[in-house]
Amino acid sequence: MTKKTESSLVFWVFLAPVLFAFIMVMVIPFFLGSYYAFTNWSSSARVDGGLRFVGLQNFAESFRDPAFLYSFGITFAYTILNMIAINVVAFALALLVTGELRLKNVYRVGFFVPNLIGGLILGYIWQFIFNNAIPSLGRIIPVLGFLANPGNLMLSKNTSALAAMIVVGTWQYAGYIMMIYVAAIENIPQELLEAAKIDGATPWIRLKSITIPLCAQAFTVTMFLTLVNSFKQFDVNVSLTSGGPSTMLMGQPILGTELLALNIYNTAFISNKLSVAQARAFVFFFVLAIISIIQVYVNKKREIEL
Amino acid sequence: MKQLRSRKPGMIVAEIVTALLFILFLFPFVLVLLNSAKTSFEVTQYPLAWPSRWGNIIDNVVKIWTSESVRYPSSLLTSTIVTVVSLVLINLFSAQAGWVLVRTKSRISSIIFFIFVASMVIPFQIVMFPLLSWFRTVTVATGIRLLRTYQGIILAYIGFGAPLSIFMFHGFIKSIPLELEEAATIDGCKKYQIFYRIIFPILTPIQATVLVLNGIWIWNDYLLPLLVLGKGNDIMTIPLAVSNFAGAFVKQWDLILTAILMAMVPVIIFFLFAQKYIVKGMVAGAIK
Repeated sequence: MTKKTESSLVFWVFLAPVLFAFIMVMVIPFFLGSYYAFTNWSSSARVDGGLRFVGLQNFAESFRDPAFLYSFGITFAYTILNMIAINVVAFALALLVTGELRLKNVYRVGFFVPNLIGGLILGYIWQFIFNNAIPSLGRIIPVLGFLANPGNLMLSKNTSALAAMIVVGTWQYAGYIMMIYVAAIENIPQELLEAAKIDGATPWIRLKSITIPLCAQAFTVTMFLTLVNSFKQFDVNVSLTSGGPSTMLMGQPILGTELLALNIYNTAFISNKLSVAQARAFVFFFVLAIISIIQVYVNKKREIEL
Repeated sequence: MKQLRSRKPGMIVAEIVTALLFILFLFPFVLVLLNSAKTSFEVTQYPLAWPSRWGNIIDNVVKIWTSESVRYPSSLLTSTIVTVVSLVLINLFSAQAGWVLVRTKSRISSIIFFIFVASMVIPFQIVMFPLLSWFRTVTVATGIRLLRTYQGIILAYIGFGAPLSIFMFHGFIKSIPLELEEAATIDGCKKYQIFYRIIFPILTPIQATVLVLNGIWIWNDYLLPLLVLGKGNDIMTIPLAVSNFAGAFVKQWDLILTAILMAMVPVIIFFLFAQKYIVKGMVAGAIK
């Protein structure tokens, strides 16, 4: 066997397992899905017979559906607010645990721990906290009596339920993002901060003119991660609110906290409209791709400016 | 104490604020533990109180252990099998793929690498429905069952986990000097032996990152097992078991929280052992 044929044999043999798995679960389903989105596909069990091409009907139907439009709106709201909340909390935590605290390693680990547990389980824990623990706090402390009123439950109204999802999202993710900031902050040359200190820069000025600009690269990464993960949120949504409570939009009852990922899932398995769900998944993908490109572009531009 | 007094007041405030935040962050887990040791009545009436009898926790654990909707021992085993087998295969297959993609300078090699990288932006939602019908088609055509089986879900995890893992191995392997491999060739090493004997052992640090990132994802994943393994299956991962139980015993918080506690314990124990690698791996994975 010549060197060349040996090389090319090893190339294909080594690639074969991942290529096989990748083609089976990504490539083929991707192309099938691109086709199904334009058909009347209605059950994943029967694709062989009777698939009819329907053009853009699934997309048109989606954009006429108040539940889908509403999901879009709240997914944007959730993504932006969650991104801000996570990054602000994470950066503040990072500043605290890079200081001269005595137990800083213990704190770091503590803040990080929620991230190890899956979103589904975290959502159940917080459902218990919002529905049981917080009202009980209202019963114990007279000043907080309003918390015990069933009408004031966080998860009973859609705006406060969305806020509750942001609380859980922040708690779940801040510790992880904090670790990325910690790595960035610890990379800042100490001389720089000390020189500024000697020149009389206050802690605030040092933060604004040294620490934050030198973390610009980390911001690009963390904003990307939080953006994508918030936009794709599914697990916490399922276990914390299941999309509820119900509300009305355009004269139709819809779910008040149903994010896009859950809306897509429900369209397929509760409404049994697989082709419509597939079309929505494509819209979901394009919107996510566009906003993440914009985000990376804006952050990269800032990286250079700073 | 002396050390504390000699510090600036600002530092003491920071210390106290951080400690309070730390308690706040971990308090939900404390609540899970406290309420796992209560009766159903106690949980609904006094969710914030200290449990009246810690022995209840054993009763609750036994109930979950023997519960038909959790099947804890079998779910724990399933989660372990799915995670471990997927990890071993993702790690080995992605490492060898990353290596040949770096060391083979050809058009096809660059195209394959580009497709893997590009696929990372595709959300799971786009492929999840066709994946199910495709798996069914495969079963009809070949008789190999992919839905509701170990081989199906492990295949899916390899396919979905490979792109990021290959990307990380690719970046790491690029920095390994080629001279090392040339020297081995001169010494009479076959090409595939170079990988297993020389390259794979050098990859240990990046392997740790790949294992941690994929491990946390696979262990906690809910949507993929929900679709591929399905509900009411003999094979059930821990997240499926918890959601199954919470769905069947709505508001039975004493038992739901015990199930949650039992779902978290293996992760926490594992974390305590591998803490250094996990934190490092997750940060390295994000920055790459």
